[in-house]
Amino acid sequence: MEAYINGVSAVSPQNTFSAGILPDTPVGYRDVRFLKSADPPWSEYLDPMVARRMSRIIKSGSCAALKALGSAEIKTPDAIITGTGFGCIEDTVRFLTTIYENDEKLLNPTPFIQSTHNTVGSSIALMLKCNNYNNTYGHRIFSFENALLDGLMLISEGEAKNVLAGGLDELTPEFFKITDRLGFWKKEKVDSLRLREYKTPGTIAGEGSTFFVLGKEKGLHCTTKITSVQTFFNTSGKGETEEWLKSFADSAGNRPEVLLLGINGDISNDSVYGNLQKKIFSSIPAAYYKHLSGEYWTSAAFALALADGIIREQRIPEIMRLDDLQYGNINRLLIYNQFHNRAHSLIMVSSC
Amino acid sequence: MQKVYITGAGIVSAAGFNTGENLASLRSSSSGIGRISFIDTIHADDIPVAEVKASNDSLREMAGISKKQHLSRTSLISLIAAREAIESAGIENTGEFPTGLISASTVGGMDNTEKFFKRFMHNNAAGRLRYVINHDVGDHTEKIAEAFGIRDHVSTISTACSSSANAILLAARMISNGFLGRVIAGGTDALTLFTINGFNSLMILDKRGCRPFDNDRNGLTLGEGAAYLVLESEEIVSATGKKPAGMITGYGNACDAYHQTASSPEGEGAVISMTRALEKAGIGPESIDYINAHGTGTKNNDLSEGKAVERVFGQRVPPVSSTKSLTGHTLGAAGAIEAVFSLLAIQNNSIWPNKELSAKMTELDFEPVSSLITGVTLKNVLSNSFGFGGNNTSLIFSKC
Repeated sequence: MEAYINGVSAVSPQNTFSAGILPDTPVGYRDVRFLKSADPPWSEYLDPMVARRMSRIIKSGSCAALKALGSAEIKTPDAIITGTGFGCIEDTVRFLTTIYENDEKLLNPTPFIQSTHNTVGSSIALMLKCNNYNNTYGHRIFSFENALLDGLMLISEGEAKNVLAGGLDELTPEFFKITDRLGFWKKEKVDSLRLREYKTPGTIAGEGSTFFVLGKEKGLHCTTKITSVQTFFNTSGKGETEEWLKSFADSAGNRPEVLLLGINGDISNDSVYGNLQKKIFSSIPAAYYKHLSGEYWTSAAFALALADGIIREQRIPEIMRLDDLQYGNINRLLIYNQFHNRAHSLIMVSSC
Repeated sequence: MQKVYITGAGIVSAAGFNTGENLASLRSSSSGIGRISFIDTIHADDIPVAEVKASNDSLREMAGISKKQHLSRTSLISLIAAREAIESAGIENTGEFPTGLISASTVGGMDNTEKFFKRFMHNNAAGRLRYVINHDVGDHTEKIAEAFGIRDHVSTISTACSSSANAILLAARMISNGFLGRVIAGGTDALTLFTINGFNSLMILDKRGCRPFDNDRNGLTLGEGAAYLVLESEEIVSATGKKPAGMITGYGNACDAYHQTASSPEGEGAVISMTRALEKAGIGPESIDYINAHGTGTKNNDLSEGKAVERVFGQRVPPVSSTKSLTGHTLGAAGAIEAVFSLLAIQNNSIWPNKELSAKMTELDFEPVSSLITGVTLKNVLSNSFGFGGNNTSLIFSKC
């Protein structure tokens, strides 16, 4: 199964929405524990009457989706598929709060209506008047990968020629506080671009909305295709991840020239990549991205946008590099992301 | 294209804790709707619901979960239903063939989150974390995957009230394409203060209990439950010599794209999802022997769905019923629960009645089935599931 990347748009803590995807002038944040995405110019994409009722994630997601469609010159996709780890948290928290504050009386239904995970995917369909296939995945670190897999499958089944697929998650104060108490984040404030230097537990939180137009046919502006999406849920906690990764790397055409890793500055997280890299991918130039986006469930979507940029421009921006290894033509790039050494995902992209 | 066989089923609903109990309730038309007893709410006396008739402690025992594990109710019922499905498929070792798990939910561990949030909202350092770590919709899926050692594909779908119908649709596609040979697919949702108040704020809860397709209907009744099917490829079925319970032959997913919550008056999305399912199955509308409708009991859904059924089936509408007056509307679990009911209809040559019918809807020509029909051969059953956002899915179950 494979698909061409014919359109990309990313709302992220970088200037990716208005400027290019590659961070040539990276936005660094000082003394922070989380990164917020830069709001896109809503009014250029959304009817103000409609946007007024939307939460941030609906607006960001819709703008990213519409811009990706525009860049692929597609008006109505054959499918709209979204992945979101935690869904529309702002509206969920808002409704839950008013239930208790108002003692279950006289509640405004709007945040309830907009609390479901499929709100963004169906809002996009509503804006486009698109009756086609529509699906939403909400499974932690696999959310975007599963959306992508669905899109690739629709194309291989002959059910779709153009698929709009996206990954999106939002960071709210409540979500940050709860996950902070759960020990997800670094206790100290950091300089985001130096994330890897702290060598302490935890990482920094992030958010973003990244959309792609996947095509059966190669589009006018396309340089990259997705050739494989794999996930592995290691229920035993034993060393089977290594076997899984090795069997992937050993199969034909899967030797990447560049690795894009989910390194996030958390010492225990990063050691997982370090070990596997030594054993399976030694001497392959590697890059990372979570100092640009922060950590969130669907950050692999942002990584895929960067991968498309790296292949398009045949260069890895200095700020993303993990080593000084030489590289030549970049025809195959592998994105590897994992969570707690339990859930692992791979996305392989090639030049085309 | 591989055929998609159903080799196992499991269910927990207000109508029973397993397939046998649910079948008995379907036959005797025993409704699980009653007074709220497990949720602390001001609505206990005025909003009826269809609860799974067991406390979390009893459910924990049934699921074989120790008291130390504070799983959400959503997870507990999903574990019980998934175990029944896996056992009834005669699977002892999930590692024998590449196996996937596709589950679905709309609110996930919200029932536990509510215990946390009430304290947290006043003081961000308060609230027990053990009640919030299972909040997300993917949590219960990972609990099932861990319990049964499923690793090859694990995913969770969340498209509101069509969630588990989409989980079954995806599973059928994966087997049909040869992506996986075996998939356990379904969904789960527990009742929560969040959803009771959510639907109440929309003013679409019938205080008398739901009356799907009745002219006097006034809204839905919320329920809770979980259900799973085990789907296997032809290859695995012949390798293991199993006798499948049925097949999935058709599926269609469409977006109504009309309004965030309301369905279009002419049921555009529903017409497309039903038509796509028929096309996928390669059959005409005349080959459908029974429609298990989404039939929530809201004025809007039943009119829109009824119109869509008439548009697709014309003058020859097959027997139609909604089983939600037994189980309530179980949101993310509804598609899977009604998939099990559709399968039971095929296996037992029966058409389940639509309870609480007093008068036919004036806008529709057809009249739903009001009492149990037995001794009929059902070759193909169509099941509809429609959700917020216009996420509509239709599935066709067939006799082997």
